[in-house]
Amino acid sequence: MPVAEKAEVVTNAAGRSVLEMVNGRPQTPYMGIGKYRPTGAKASAPIHTVADFPANGDKVVADLETALRKCGLRDGMVLSSHHHLRDGDRVALMMLHAAGRLGAKDLVWFPSASFPSQKSAIELMKSGVIDHIEGSMNGPLGDYCTQGKMRGLGVLRSHGGRWQAIQDGEVHIDIAVIAAPSADAFGNCDGSHGKSACGSLGFALADSIYADHVIVVTDNLVPFPCVPWQIQGNNVDYVVQVDSIGDAAKIVSGTTQITRSPDRLRIAELVARFLRDAGIMRDGFSFQAGAGGIALAFVSYLKQLMKQAGVKARFVRGGSTKFLVELLEEGLTDYILDGQTFDLDGVRSIASNPRHVATSPFTSYNYHGKGNFASMVDAVVLGATEVDLNFNANVVTHSDGRLMHGIGGWQNCLASRCTILAVPSFRDRIPVILDEVTTLCGPGELIDVIVTERGIAINPRRRDLIDAVKQSNLPIRPLAEIKAEVERICGGRPRRPKHGDRPVAVVKWVDGTLLDTVWQVNGSF
Amino acid sequence: MNADPEMKTVSEKTKHPASEAGRCGPDVRSDLRVRIEHPEHGGIEIELHSRVQPYYGESIRRVADTVLEELGIHHARVQIEDEGALPFVISARLEAAVRRGGLGMGTRVLPERVPFPEASPRDRLRRSRLYVPGSEPKYFINAALYGADGVILDLEDSVHPSEKDAARLLVRNALRAVDFLACERMVRINQLPLGLEDLDEIVPECPDLILVPKVEVPEQVIAVEKRIDEVKSDYGLTRPTWLMPILESALGIENAFAIATASDKTVALTIGLEDYTAHIGVVKTSSGTESLYARQRVLNVAHAAGIQAIDSVFADVGDLDGLRAWATHSRGLGFEGMGCLHPTQISVIHEAFAPTAIEIERARKILAAYNEAQEKGVGVVSLGSKMIDPPVVNRALKLMARAQAMGVVQ
Repeated sequence: MPVAEKAEVVTNAAGRSVLEMVNGRPQTPYMGIGKYRPTGAKASAPIHTVADFPANGDKVVADLETALRKCGLRDGMVLSSHHHLRDGDRVALMMLHAAGRLGAKDLVWFPSASFPSQKSAIELMKSGVIDHIEGSMNGPLGDYCTQGKMRGLGVLRSHGGRWQAIQDGEVHIDIAVIAAPSADAFGNCDGSHGKSACGSLGFALADSIYADHVIVVTDNLVPFPCVPWQIQGNNVDYVVQVDSIGDAAKIVSGTTQITRSPDRLRIAELVARFLRDAGIMRDGFSFQAGAGGIALAFVSYLKQLMKQAGVKARFVRGGSTKFLVELLEEGLTDYILDGQTFDLDGVRSIASNPRHVATSPFTSYNYHGKGNFASMVDAVVLGATEVDLNFNANVVTHSDGRLMHGIGGWQNCLASRCTILAVPSFRDRIPVILDEVTTLCGPGELIDVIVTERGIAINPRRRDLIDAVKQSNLPIRPLAEIKAEVERICGGRPRRPKHGDRPVAVVKWVDGTLLDTVWQVNGSF
Repeated sequence: MNADPEMKTVSEKTKHPASEAGRCGPDVRSDLRVRIEHPEHGGIEIELHSRVQPYYGESIRRVADTVLEELGIHHARVQIEDEGALPFVISARLEAAVRRGGLGMGTRVLPERVPFPEASPRDRLRRSRLYVPGSEPKYFINAALYGADGVILDLEDSVHPSEKDAARLLVRNALRAVDFLACERMVRINQLPLGLEDLDEIVPECPDLILVPKVEVPEQVIAVEKRIDEVKSDYGLTRPTWLMPILESALGIENAFAIATASDKTVALTIGLEDYTAHIGVVKTSSGTESLYARQRVLNVAHAAGIQAIDSVFADVGDLDGLRAWATHSRGLGFEGMGCLHPTQISVIHEAFAPTAIEIERARKILAAYNEAQEKGVGVVSLGSKMIDPPVVNRALKLMARAQAMGVVQ
């Protein structure tokens, strides 16, 4: 049973209890923002020789099992996959089940994110094919982990943290399997064309560079060269052709819709007005927002304000959607720097518009590099499951401790010049503002503004922002005041469920140190 | 679940039938469904399923216990499926279920009251009033945040006939427990005579204004005023409760002046165009030509009676450009406000009903010229080559006062 049960717990610089050992590896507790100094050299993949690969560039093999066998699949290996096909992905399960059929045991699945449609991975965990998952878990997989049924500990990392962990050698990928909407027989591949087009393939880039072996799986094998190529065939061992890598309807949505919820619209509008009134929305500025309901509505409100003020952005950061594409096509931004592509307009744009550029977690988020784009973004709009009076935030667990979301790029985006959390003040009667978050994912010193439908709270550390909006008519209020109001509405403070004393997963900070622990939750849900 | 034969058998053995109230299900938010059986002994048994169980399970049980005790229920088997209902909703649903079982009559279980806002002045701004369905508690709590001048808790058309009794209790509790901030707290009662029963339940919670639907004769307004006065006198209340009759038929339009002047509590007159156009058998268009006479009659009557003329709603909530055009035209006709069916309509309406920058500038110049003439003791006021008559000065004064009230000018 879990290695973690024997592990010692220490208190980190954020005051959270974290483990000294995770899945048999010693850990460094979180030390504060920018305090941990990495040493040594980056990890690297073994040296290969062209002599071992066909001179005609044809690396196609019969099927995924053949490819896995040729890559030397063994018990205990780390197998990786990417999530650009989101809930429509078929390849990650194809890989895991193929490994199971080959008799492999105790594998570590290292996805860039997992999705509810991949719930059959639970059967593979029960049968011992998979030991544990290092990557985001939600839905059925999240429940399985939170109930303490997974053998190893879950390790939750941000997109940038995943690059950092691979690059720093914390995770060594034995075999990476890359789902590719188009590829050639040499292994060059790209996500912007083909029946399963998903836009960027940036999340698979680190895997392709650092894994011992790389397998490309495609349903759109094109004659060499596959142009453009985001993944270089020079890193690829084998190419497998299949009928379908995913369910197109679930890979990207046809059109992304703006929320009709009045509360969410109000929050979105307040965020847009905050950017304007704080002077952040000015010529040449930049911003990032996701594809959630509030984020889309925010972009649409901000667009109106930008037009009114005659202001345009230098760049916006995707997840791209129709709404960002419209900004680009109407000349309201010079560039979209895109990490992932959410709808058909986004896919069309990234395939055809040279100003819509695919990025990777290396350029955007990796903390152990010579800078990244995230800290150059003027404002970022994010969600959260909980915030507390110190502006700390949780994005992975529900208030009852259940895993709900992956970290995604969320932690990395906190580096923005102005980090805004756009959250309802309560959900289903459960207050979002607490004395202390259930799971710490983002330290409050990086979170500048919390926008709720009942008012906007500015972190007291950001005197400059407080002064900037002094003259505006925005509902600026102390966070504690909003919290008290919500508790009155909800009929008092919620009782805090007691978590179990057994760790089930850990939350890494962007530098690989341990920020917090997710504990077992008992009972069925 | 409604037709559970087991439950019927059990309840047939007791004096009172099992009863239910509220809604539950994966798509329901901020509400709950409660079923109560009334055995002859055994005390209170509560079976609770709630999506907020770990946080508020105990609190829900406490509220349920309190409500049942206050209603004099000593033996009950209670099943609650909760979707995150707030305490005032839990209380209203339990009370409705108990009453539907024929018990607890004559007792009102009231949630804690938030302080009343200041009483509403007769001539306050009424540019926008946001309709909130009286049986949808999830919309209540944030209704005031969107900045409408008024929030209407609706007991009439948005509430199914079988839910009238329960909606009345929800609205009553909302008037006590929800902070409607700077919004005027309005209730649209049902058509008489049912509307009079609504008044018995809600007037004690001092709504600022009652919308009286489908008024055709002045006696209806008088009946409402009388009932309000009786309830207030029973409870010793003195806060004003204003009236806004809604004319929704040809007869109502014909009797408009008598209706507008039937009560000195009437502060505004409005028109319900969906019903009016249906009544005269025409299609409601976005230009509104078919109802122009009726709307202009409402306007003229309102001005004759010295009250506010308020326009109908614009039903296509997705068409903000259409709304803007309608509202601009409406203000041009002389209306002072409109109804809203979705919060996104509010800011469009406020913009349309606000004096424009050009109008404000012109009014400023007129007033400056007038003041200058007064100082100099000159009888005739002129601005450029134009003579300015007293009504022009009056209109400029009114416009500036309105612009100030809306916060358009300091």
